[in-house]
Amino acid sequence: MAGAAISRSGIGAPVDRVEGRLKVTGAAKYAAEFNEAALLHGHAYASRITKGRIAAIDPSAALAVPGVLDVLTHENRPDLPLLRRHYQDEVASPGIPFVPLWSDKVLFAGQPVALVVAETAEIARYASSLLEIDYEEEPHETDLKEALHRAAAPWRTRKGYVRPKSRGDAPTAFEAAAVRIDGEYHLMPEHHNPMELFGTTVVRHDDGRLTIYDKTQGALNSRNYISKIFGYGGDEIQVLSPFVGGAFGAALRPQHQLFLAVLAARHLERSVRVVMTRQEMWSLQFRPECYQWVKLGAEPDGRLAAIVNHAVTNSSRLETYTDNIVSWGGMLYRCDNADLEYRIAETDTMTPGDMRAPGAATGVNLFEIAMDELAYAAGVDPLELRLRNYAEKDEMHGIDYTSKALRECYAAGAERFGWARRVFEPRSMREGRELIGWGMATGIWEAMQSKTACRATLRADGRLEVATGTADIGPGTYTMMVQVAAERTGLPAERIEAKLGDSTLPYAPVQGGSWTAASTGSAVALACETLRTRLYEMARDLPDSPFASTGIDDVRFEDGEVVRNVDPMNKRMRFEAILEAAGCPELKVEETAKPGMISMMRKARNSHSAVFAEVRVDEELGVMRVTRIVSACAAGRIINPKIARSQILGGIVFGLGMALEEESMMDHRLGRFMNHDLAEYHVPVNADLFDVDIIFVEEQDEEVNPLGVKGVGELGVPGTAAAIANAVFHATGKRIRDLPITIDKLL
Amino acid sequence: MRPFSYQRPTGIAEALRDASGGGVRFLAGGTNLVDLMRADIERPTAVIDINRLPLGEIEETASGGLRIGALVPNSDLAYDSRVEVRFPLLSSALLAGASAQLRNAATTGGNLLQRTRCYYFYDLATPCNKRDPGSGCAAKSGLTRIHAILGASPHCIAVHPSDMAVALAALEAEVLTTGPSGDRRIGIADFHRLPGDTPQVDTNLEPGELITAIELPAEGFADHYSYLKLRDRLSYAFALVSVAAALRLEDDVVAEARIALGGVAHKPWRNPEAERLLVGRPAGRDGFDAAARVLLEGSEGQGANDFKIPLARRAIVRALEQAAAATPQSPTDKRIR
Repeated sequence: MAGAAISRSGIGAPVDRVEGRLKVTGAAKYAAEFNEAALLHGHAYASRITKGRIAAIDPSAALAVPGVLDVLTHENRPDLPLLRRHYQDEVASPGIPFVPLWSDKVLFAGQPVALVVAETAEIARYASSLLEIDYEEEPHETDLKEALHRAAAPWRTRKGYVRPKSRGDAPTAFEAAAVRIDGEYHLMPEHHNPMELFGTTVVRHDDGRLTIYDKTQGALNSRNYISKIFGYGGDEIQVLSPFVGGAFGAALRPQHQLFLAVLAARHLERSVRVVMTRQEMWSLQFRPECYQWVKLGAEPDGRLAAIVNHAVTNSSRLETYTDNIVSWGGMLYRCDNADLEYRIAETDTMTPGDMRAPGAATGVNLFEIAMDELAYAAGVDPLELRLRNYAEKDEMHGIDYTSKALRECYAAGAERFGWARRVFEPRSMREGRELIGWGMATGIWEAMQSKTACRATLRADGRLEVATGTADIGPGTYTMMVQVAAERTGLPAERIEAKLGDSTLPYAPVQGGSWTAASTGSAVALACETLRTRLYEMARDLPDSPFASTGIDDVRFEDGEVVRNVDPMNKRMRFEAILEAAGCPELKVEETAKPGMISMMRKARNSHSAVFAEVRVDEELGVMRVTRIVSACAAGRIINPKIARSQILGGIVFGLGMALEEESMMDHRLGRFMNHDLAEYHVPVNADLFDVDIIFVEEQDEEVNPLGVKGVGELGVPGTAAAIANAVFHATGKRIRDLPITIDKLL
Repeated sequence: MRPFSYQRPTGIAEALRDASGGGVRFLAGGTNLVDLMRADIERPTAVIDINRLPLGEIEETASGGLRIGALVPNSDLAYDSRVEVRFPLLSSALLAGASAQLRNAATTGGNLLQRTRCYYFYDLATPCNKRDPGSGCAAKSGLTRIHAILGASPHCIAVHPSDMAVALAALEAEVLTTGPSGDRRIGIADFHRLPGDTPQVDTNLEPGELITAIELPAEGFADHYSYLKLRDRLSYAFALVSVAAALRLEDDVVAEARIALGGVAHKPWRNPEAERLLVGRPAGRDGFDAAARVLLEGSEGQGANDFKIPLARRAIVRALEQAAAATPQSPTDKRIR
């Protein structure tokens, strides 16, 4: 690499979040906080039925409320393009996207069927309660259990779907195996429930241009979606999303409020905001319910002879949402025979969507409970079982990994946790009235990279801006960009500004899949390297240059200066001095970083973890505390250990929620999710968290991407729920195969 | 929310005058009422903000108890030194409820008047006799995990959500009110109602009647008490089952006992017979279990909440054990003693 750069705030430094102060002081503004004079407010009215049609809507009482400007419904909405491809977004599942106010048809509970627009949000919400709607109901089918018989392999799949690949003859090998387990595992649907409500503020300018503040994981995705539907040219709309109050996948796809706010702003030629209520979040996408059937056959010593891993999740009638559920179990362990099958069943719900570690959160956690069952059937320590079945390769595709330090994760995690002191027998540890259990599980996620562009601009004052259209939904992307830029340019962090969340910036995909550090990070690195080279050349070509007749390897970039390796005290120039001497007001470069496609097919790219959990269960009352979690992670190079730890910690909290608390409960008679508020949909609170210890094991990976990073956004979830469930078994002797493990299941 | 008139009187007489019409709701902390108004479940035509009324004091009574003004915030009440020392059961129950922020806003009177957390009550698309009398009860034969095992009716299986009220029931507090028919004292046992065929009516307050204070009698059971709350996470969740247990012991023999249950019925649940059963017996597991069985006589699950019956029985025994051993459940240490 040409011309080393030296920075104290570069990759690997535990620097504080650059946007932290803005967030904790309230200065960071979110989509529904951008105000505009004469802003109108829309309230979406949610269908009271689950399936059928709207026979009639009478908006007259709503329209009569002072302050109400309009009620938009399928009957009076402006014309829209007929072809549904106009409504597909960057991460849409194949099928027909749902469009609010499209027709009289009601397809799922809570579907927005009218938008009341008024001078205040309170008036709009009140007036919506006066809408008179006659429905013609049709029978609905929402219960996945009832739909299992019609589950089928997905006939159309989305980008990123990994087709399960069986090998050998697992059913026969299972029948012949000395040790066997066979179980049905189940996960309830979950909703993302980010803290920030879904909101969009559309500011309409006099010439018809729109500035749109949207809660989204991809400003460009929202921009392209609105442009396609409403026929805007490139510079007629700008989508801004500088801060996002959590999303977890719920804001990957454009949500109802974006479409509705733009529709109303155009129709009324006014600025409009639409915010969805907490309850309405249950009409958005969700992590689908899953049934997974696992049969494992093994030699007496626990070595796997057969893996049979079948799963069904639900999708909607509109689109085919697929998850990668069964492939993980097929990849993770050395086994010649694997029968992997994934099917989906359509139900009358909104299309499910990606939720933190989609597929793996479900599939890995349920499979790892089965692995624990095998350990007990074989009488082998659960960690030892995994080591005996350790796979050096991706066993499903039969290819090598770019790197896999899972063995080191097992060792580091076990040591920190004290696993060696564990007594194998369930119900063998107790303190007072509490049974103590220790469980462990393996975690795995993908290390993806997507094509991303970055613009780097060095200004006359020596400050650097790095800009790309990605989002920062909380993982620390602003900070990561600054650190990569600091590392590559040798500038101190305080002289670098990161810009993102703006559709006018260079192309970046939605933020998701843990790919942002690798994708945006690589783009920032590439742009900064080019900028550095250009700056050096500019300096070298100056009259009387201290760098005359040198090559770039003869200099280094240090603290905002280009410094010659020979005679550094005298041969050096500040960045701003170079620009000034060259008569250049600013130096601007743009680069696009792309993954190596051939290498991607030849090698598997994954991050791994080993999770260890201690639970204490009051034997009589079933009340449980997860008193210790140790998660040892191998995720390539860690850009910022402080923020990466927070990411894994957040994932562990998600895993704890999955293990013990989170479930969206649907009344299938009504086809409605019923616990639609944060009082009754339980996510973990601080009191639920005790000691959480996160270890990053060393993992050098020159091949996965130029930065050697794998991403840590999702890795905390897979494995955590299983480790807890396995600890519950160790504590109580009760094997719970149905998550979450609520108090009633332990009585 | 629907349009409503808003008054903020400074005197009680003025407040009562303002409340003489129909459709009136008194607004104190607003932690539940405002949510319900936003959701179009509560639809008052007049809101009378009582926060300026002089009801914010905690005073000694002549009989050695405490009179707690209706507007005393839950936090202030929980951390009042007189309450902490003489009525720790009440303090403990308050701190088991809601979150610190909610407790700062919620008031003593308002806490009694909070409404059920039944999913169906909160969803306008479903029938609910409490929200819309005569429409039916969707909860029955629906999702019943959080519902009643005692005192339910064919019309309603909802439970009362308050923790504070459960402790007040055990302490035999009285609710002081004033209203169109003058001042009243209502025993806490007679304050909340069972659903019967009028589940829309939660309490025996008359229209326009205002809670002014709650009075605690002198006996606070400060030596032997426990508030044990079991829920779906370790904080900030409504009770699946909670138990307020209070004992007076003489040489390890029970001289007096109180047991009240939360999360199981439309009101805090007591049965003096269960308490009498303990009196004169040694404070021990056998007696506690017998009392628990009597207290839960007639309990009936709805399916998904069947587990509450054994859970409640075990929780009663444990809470009594904690009380007898003078090791009350800590509101902060999440380990159950």
